[in-house]
Amino acid sequence: MKKGNTYIFLYASGMVIIVAAVLSVASILLRPYQERNIETAKRTDILKSVDKARELREAENRFQYIEEEFERYITDSYVINHRGEIQEDVDAFEVNMREEMRKPAEERNLPVFVCTHDDGTLSYIIPLHGRGLWGPLFGYVALEEDFNTIFGIILDHESETPGLGAEISESAFQEQFRGKRIFDEDMEFVSVKVIRAADPPIEGHSVDGISGGTITSQGVEEMLYDVLINYIDYFKERKK
Amino acid sequence: MSQKEQTEKEPLFSPKNIRLLTNPLDDDNPITVLVLGICSALAVTVMLKPAVVMTLSVVCVMGLANLIVSLLRETIPPRIRIIVQLVVIASLVILVDQVLKAFLYDVSRQLSVFVGLIITNCIIMGRLEAFALYNKPWPSFLDGVGNAAGYGIILIIVAFLRELLGSGTVYGYPVIEYLGLYEIGYVDNGFMILPPMALITVGVIIWVQRARNQKLIESN
Repeated sequence: MKKGNTYIFLYASGMVIIVAAVLSVASILLRPYQERNIETAKRTDILKSVDKARELREAENRFQYIEEEFERYITDSYVINHRGEIQEDVDAFEVNMREEMRKPAEERNLPVFVCTHDDGTLSYIIPLHGRGLWGPLFGYVALEEDFNTIFGIILDHESETPGLGAEISESAFQEQFRGKRIFDEDMEFVSVKVIRAADPPIEGHSVDGISGGTITSQGVEEMLYDVLINYIDYFKERKK
Repeated sequence: MSQKEQTEKEPLFSPKNIRLLTNPLDDDNPITVLVLGICSALAVTVMLKPAVVMTLSVVCVMGLANLIVSLLRETIPPRIRIIVQLVVIASLVILVDQVLKAFLYDVSRQLSVFVGLIITNCIIMGRLEAFALYNKPWPSFLDGVGNAAGYGIILIIVAFLRELLGSGTVYGYPVIEYLGLYEIGYVDNGFMILPPMALITVGVIIWVQRARNQKLIESN
């Protein structure tokens, strides 16, 4: 068969249509599974920031396990604005922190998840989003009932250097945050600093950074500051 | 099995076809002999698990891409053959990526962009251009699988060494800790985690392979 321009044109069009159809069908069929994964990953991160979901590795059905743990411990969630007023019409679980952090401060929707521990004490979990060296950083920080002491933190990243910046997602780094405070004695917001070995540590307000991961460490520090500063009016209000 | 069935099946795995499958594992290895596909070999070999998933993904994409292009080879207009090949590869890669996101979410998070970058893996385009366009579907399929396996075997060897020496684990199991080497002063070599060490490891593999297989040494 002679392959003239008409043939080439028809061949290309036909190919594109077939490929488009195949990919659309695959996308539609697989979407429910993908969404379930994303949702479960989000719930897992929230639970891990308050030291729950510890038996995830042993769980037979991890989707079911996470759902049960989430139902059991995360007893409330709501969204506030920068003045600390509760926004009624927004679902905390649906808020995308990446987009919120791009908006001007007064338009941000700020989610809070409340965890009720087995002994009845509460933790307040706040989603984080910031920038590392190569890409975004994200995670959740949980505060104790005093809205000051850090109960736990979970950090992850998209593309930090393995062995260097990527160490922020290791528990050795995250454990350091436990018990640190975000307000000083005069109730001024100071957040938690991630410092280098050469810097003098600040009692109760600093953790050791990652050697060779300076920019990622700074990214973590900036992320904590930039996110938590939105909430301080609310925290101060609640502490009274 | 009757005699007739055997004679019909025999050509499927004739010695020539078997060679298509096994040659790329050693003599024609895409990484160590042709030195193609190095980029992803550096990136996904810190841990064994992503390397294994990457290998399986490339085997699927490459086997099927070779098969599809070979089936279409009479119809593909030569002037747009590269575009057709790219569309076939890209569609398969998107499918693999979607399937990973649906069923192996954790691994897909680790591999992140590298699944997408299978599209630009020069081994795949190379085999389509060099083999699938001129050969029948079955040999093409074997050639694709063989080359992907050749790529994968190097990936897995490198990942095994880097994970063992760099993190002290094998497929996530803390082998060094079990052996109690930390107690007598052994320290993981953090250097192995960095990309340059993948290149050096590949270099060492090439050295070992050529020392063993004199055919591969070019005569000047």
